[in-house]
Amino acid sequence: MNLVTVSGPPSSGKTSVILKTIDSLKNRGLKVGVAKFDCLYTDDDILYEKAGIPVKKGLSGALCPDHYFVSNVEEVTQWGIKEGFDVLISESAGLCNRCSPYIKDIKAICVIDNLSGINTPKKIGPMLKSADIVVITKGDIVSQAEREVFASRVNMVNPSAIIMNINGLTGQGSFELSTLIFDEKDSIETLVGKKLRFSMPSALCSYCLGETRIGESFQMGNVRKMNLQDKTDSKGSAK
Amino acid sequence: MITKERIEDRTIADLLQAYPFVDSFFNNNTLEIEGKESLTLSQLFDEMDEEEREDRALDPDQFSAQLLEFINQMLSFLDEDNSVQSLTILPGTDKSGNPEGFTELVVRKSEVISIVGATGSGKSRLLGDIEWVAQKDTPTSRQILINDDLPDTSWRFSSSKKLVAQLSQNMNFVMDLSAQEFVELHAESRLVESRDEVVTRIIGEANKLAGEPFTPETPITSLSGGQSRALMIADTAILSKSPIILIDEIENAGIDRKKALALLLSEEKIVLMATHDPVLALMGDRRIVIRNGGIAKVIETTEEERTILGKLEELDRTLLSYRTRLRMGESLLDD
Repeated sequence: MNLVTVSGPPSSGKTSVILKTIDSLKNRGLKVGVAKFDCLYTDDDILYEKAGIPVKKGLSGALCPDHYFVSNVEEVTQWGIKEGFDVLISESAGLCNRCSPYIKDIKAICVIDNLSGINTPKKIGPMLKSADIVVITKGDIVSQAEREVFASRVNMVNPSAIIMNINGLTGQGSFELSTLIFDEKDSIETLVGKKLRFSMPSALCSYCLGETRIGESFQMGNVRKMNLQDKTDSKGSAK
Repeated sequence: MITKERIEDRTIADLLQAYPFVDSFFNNNTLEIEGKESLTLSQLFDEMDEEEREDRALDPDQFSAQLLEFINQMLSFLDEDNSVQSLTILPGTDKSGNPEGFTELVVRKSEVISIVGATGSGKSRLLGDIEWVAQKDTPTSRQILINDDLPDTSWRFSSSKKLVAQLSQNMNFVMDLSAQEFVELHAESRLVESRDEVVTRIIGEANKLAGEPFTPETPITSLSGGQSRALMIADTAILSKSPIILIDEIENAGIDRKKALALLLSEEKIVLMATHDPVLALMGDRRIVIRNGGIAKVIETTEEERTILGKLEELDRTLLSYRTRLRMGESLLDD
């Protein structure tokens, strides 16, 4: 089975892109399943079911969604193998733009949209920078120039990625994406022993453990303070 | 080609001097280089402790590899001659598997081809085939040749080298910039050298197309529909590197369509135009009829058909002049 990880900011069009791409994969006679990861709520599983695609959904709830993803991805992979899929697609939202659930040697796709603004590529971390394929959506509603500028900004933060424009509504471009997804030689039996492409941020403070009160005396663990000094002596302040 | 080791041992100043475009790479990857120009790239990373690197999600190895890739891409981008003289479409099949109704369609630069057919008939697939430079590997089994030859695969995968630029009906500007800033930004991403000149030219051309003039300082989001279209067309004609322009129906409102086409053609573009407007369709040298996912036939525009064009254009002009008079606050009954 091939595992493909798809991630991207909320509402960037991941589900639409995946649904259209699966249409093309199915036409080739491939059996495809989806594992949908989200934080508090999703009804995307219904969309997949409607399209006749086997789907499992996982809500991370109070946990960090990307940590939750890594803790479950092997189990999900085993589910996919048991179901006899040729391709299992995992879908997860990058919620703080810092994390990336990508795994070394497992195809990684990042979906972002033209409407998010040209400075967005700069703000997204490893989720964009270490993807193999970057899919840009919603190109049909912005101008050609904005599409070109946006794509060039994406290319600047991740020059080695293949950048594709896909229209999630009409599916234009999804056939092309589907040709890059399945490869016999990328087949896996297990993820055990594989590594994440990028470490997840370290965060362990009293608020992770349920603290709700505000004030220094309630803050313990990995706590850091903003630099509120004047700019002259601050290092690395944003322009 | 330059290699990774050599890049890590070069100073920032040296890199900036040799490849001026890396400035924006550093900027977009949020690496501050101000005051650190004398350091080499590896020294710059050594200055940060592990915590800082982790905080900023910077991986030195990945960074150098990506920088290297970027430099090589830009060098070949500046160097390459990507001119497309002709585009050839070789037939495949329609949705039912029947062969398409033409033998070979060759389109040369500065030619206009109109595309007609009902919604859902397969116009997007045709465009998709061209964009993906299909090699009998898409649902239609069509094959695309460029300059009478098998195309380079970089047309498929390179982000700076796209075969098709699109101008469609429902496009908007979403950036919050003035017309001038907007075009400058686009020119910057295209590594254009004489930026001021190009910007002035684009805004000038756009004003020739638009019914009502606008200034370089006008915010693009407050342009009228016609002005936006005019700016999009002028900008795409002059700044987009793509040799093929697909136009999805140019609205009649507020823009001189004939001039718009002329501008695109003067920039040596191949123009594909999906339209059901007879004036536009007849401006094309040929028209492709799409049915059931395939090209049913290709019709040459004959001289006889063009005589109708004269009549239609007359009507078009009359309509346009009434529009202008309406806008100027005049009575439609005058003379």
